[in-house]
Amino acid sequence: MKELDIVAKTENLDAVTDFVNEQLEAAGCPMKILMQIDLAVEEIFVNIANYAYSPEEGPATVRVQTDSEKSTVDITFIDHGVPYDPLAKQDPDVTLSAEQRAIGGLGIFMVKKSMDDVTYEYRDGHNILTIKKGIA
Amino acid sequence: MTVNKNLKADALSVAVEGRIDTTTAPELEKEIKDSLGGVKKLVLDFEKVEYISSAGLRVLLSTQKIMNKQGEMKLINVSSDIMEIFEVTGFSDILTIA
Repeated sequence: MKELDIVAKTENLDAVTDFVNEQLEAAGCPMKILMQIDLAVEEIFVNIANYAYSPEEGPATVRVQTDSEKSTVDITFIDHGVPYDPLAKQDPDVTLSAEQRAIGGLGIFMVKKSMDDVTYEYRDGHNILTIKKGIA
Repeated sequence: MTVNKNLKADALSVAVEGRIDTTTAPELEKEIKDSLGGVKKLVLDFEKVEYISSAGLRVLLSTQKIMNKQGEMKLINVSSDIMEIFEVTGFSDILTIA
């Protein structure tokens, strides 16, 4: 298990992505899945950066746990900002035309669609969001 | 990410290379919007796009809305990985992908 403590701001996105990719590459994760996980990491981390402590800044912890036997990875994002369950948000209507579509609201939807499992809990003043993905 | 633009009369082609993410999407949006005046045909070449997040999708959507008013927009050379993202998000129905 590897852990990264970092200030939750969008300028740190590359550092977070690099950190996660390092673990995934070491675990032999295929390129396509790596891209899907990058996408999920970006959407979740940028959400925390934009909303958790706004307008202040605060810390986030990113934890990567790979399971070589099951070929899965669990990535957990922890912040102590305002309680926010992104999974409670209604999915956008992806059948609407360009004119009817709102700009935004897609990020967490893409995460839910591309990951095998996404769980959220609020515990001891912390938002804890975990994504799980098979990396075989 | 790098952006190469080529304007011929009222046709603009934009070749994008690299990652369109939270960090780079604003730059892509500016590059496109700065050149859209009078453009009736916009072609986005995605051959060298490796990755697109929702920040990039937002740029595509807002550009599509502009082009709906003044002409047409088309994406070319979209890889299967990027196509999958468009399909999941319903963007494959909104965008014209050749």
